[in-house]
Amino acid sequence: MFYREAGDYKTSYAADSQTFPIAFDRFRYYAVLLIGVGIIPFILNDYWANAILIPFLIYAIAAIGLNILTGYCGQVSLGTGGFMAVGAFTSYKLMTAFPWMDMVTITLLSGAMTAVVGLAFGLPSLRIKGFYLAVATLAAQFFLVWLFNKVPWFYNYSASGQINAPERFLFGQALTGPNADSWVKYLFCFAFVFVLAWVARNLTRGAMGRQWMAIRDMDIAAEIIGVNPLKAKLTAFAVSSFYVGIAGALLFTVYLGAAEVGEAYGIQKSFLVLFMIIIGGLGSLFGSFAGAAFMVLLPVALKVLLVDTMGWNTALATHFQFVIVGGLIMVFLIAEPHGLARLWALAKEKLRLWPFPH
Amino acid sequence: MLDAKSKSFTTADGRTIGPVVMEMRNITLRFGGVVAIKDISFDIREGEIRAIIGPNGAGKSSMLNVISGFYNPQEGEVIYRGAKRPPMRPYQVARQGIARTFQNIALFDGMSVLDNIMTGRLNHMKASIFDQAFWWGRAQREEVENRRKAEEVIDFLQIQNIRKTPVGRLPYGLKKRVELARALVAEPSILLLDEPMAGMNVEEKEDMSRFILDVNDEFGTTIVLIEHDMGVVMDLSDRVVVMDYGRKIGDGTPDEVRRNQEVIDAYLGVAHD
Repeated sequence: MFYREAGDYKTSYAADSQTFPIAFDRFRYYAVLLIGVGIIPFILNDYWANAILIPFLIYAIAAIGLNILTGYCGQVSLGTGGFMAVGAFTSYKLMTAFPWMDMVTITLLSGAMTAVVGLAFGLPSLRIKGFYLAVATLAAQFFLVWLFNKVPWFYNYSASGQINAPERFLFGQALTGPNADSWVKYLFCFAFVFVLAWVARNLTRGAMGRQWMAIRDMDIAAEIIGVNPLKAKLTAFAVSSFYVGIAGALLFTVYLGAAEVGEAYGIQKSFLVLFMIIIGGLGSLFGSFAGAAFMVLLPVALKVLLVDTMGWNTALATHFQFVIVGGLIMVFLIAEPHGLARLWALAKEKLRLWPFPH
Repeated sequence: MLDAKSKSFTTADGRTIGPVVMEMRNITLRFGGVVAIKDISFDIREGEIRAIIGPNGAGKSSMLNVISGFYNPQEGEVIYRGAKRPPMRPYQVARQGIARTFQNIALFDGMSVLDNIMTGRLNHMKASIFDQAFWWGRAQREEVENRRKAEEVIDFLQIQNIRKTPVGRLPYGLKKRVELARALVAEPSILLLDEPMAGMNVEEKEDMSRFILDVNDEFGTTIVLIEHDMGVVMDLSDRVVVMDYGRKIGDGTPDEVRRNQEVIDAYLGVAHD
């Protein structure tokens, strides 16, 4: 009914290539932003922030990052957890070494550091692809976690091997540490998600994104029409790692507050983020959000349904969650390889004509 | 008419063929012990339609791959615009103004027609990654400028109605046309077409032939063409190179080639006694 293209004419190429060409989409996007900034911070309680919204925002950044690499550029990576750890440890070292540095700079530098590391581990992608590259990135995952465990300098020689985020302030509000309010953390993550998603959209709709997708769809043809595969793959690795590093840094500083590398940034993290983009939709920014939301909400929803409503015991519900996630991944890979994003797009296509399909 | 030394000449239908733009000198290409191309020399003149023909396995596509830099020949040299071309990667060759289409369609299936064609403009887009990230200044300007060029080609090849369709959904004939558009939009000085009419019906072939002639006519693009349909080759091309088993067995105008005994033998077979 409201979803109409009719009469929405574009008179310039700039207008035609904008992110939300359909007016209804555009207004919905503004509405989401308005609710996210203007309403949620005021009604937010700790449970909602810590169980759902903050992890959703942080994982959305990680999912966008991995989607740039895997979904757009076609390079499979299982090193996400390791790269997140690079972001976390960079932010920890910066926070402890330079106590005067503000958190925005620290987070961005953590991303930059991860981009450099990602670039180094991306070099094998020039020679190997597919499963073999996945194994190479798996090596990155295990190597990085081992490194952060083994070299005490990274965790400032603390006895437990844990890293703890010291208290830092942003505009006079505690952002990290035990006294931080959840609305501050939420808004901080929201700002990062907003800017990073916008940048990702710009990159993927322009020349850079076309190079990535060309490499993904047919690398030989891409090279023959003028894509430098070295540059395209390495920029994808760098940009992707930048995002993943920021997500890792935020996860540690803002969300967890304290982390042990093998536990917080282990191989499970890599799989979690990979599942997010598979279920959400490869090669789609909306899919990154949908997948992150799905994977964050699923345990919460199952807990409410199975434990609180049906009275199962918690352990059984947790195990049942594995079964459901595994089953869903199979279903998605077989029935809808493009994930929730495609289902969403199909629904929108139907809505354009609804209720008069003929 | 076809004196190698002459600067330029005019064809029967009034097109001007310029001086030599690319010359292959004694090209030999081996894959291990297999000799795919054996000591072949020929030249390509500015503005002409140059066909490469030959039976299956003659080495035509390998020749095209040598021109587009995908293979580097073991012997011989490629002279481009008067200078010897050093061994280079295909994307560097593309930047010199050589574009191509493929025998088996090599489009980017996950992208729309428009994005495929815009990818062909990559060599004309120089905005830095930071400009692109913030959709700022140069990135934004280039996007619009190149879109204009892409739309010209879309108009030219009459594919306006499928602009936003994902390429994977298109029928074969249209895919071939989109691939031509992607090569054409780069504004190449030499356009390499590897069997542009393979698997097409007569009507589609006629369309494609007309597009090829129009491209040559309107943009003055030099075209190198591999094709099996002899009728098409003889009608379209100005000069023809004939290959067989990696050797060159004929070179000249369609009429000369048609009368060449070796060519006739290669195509029709010879009785061995």
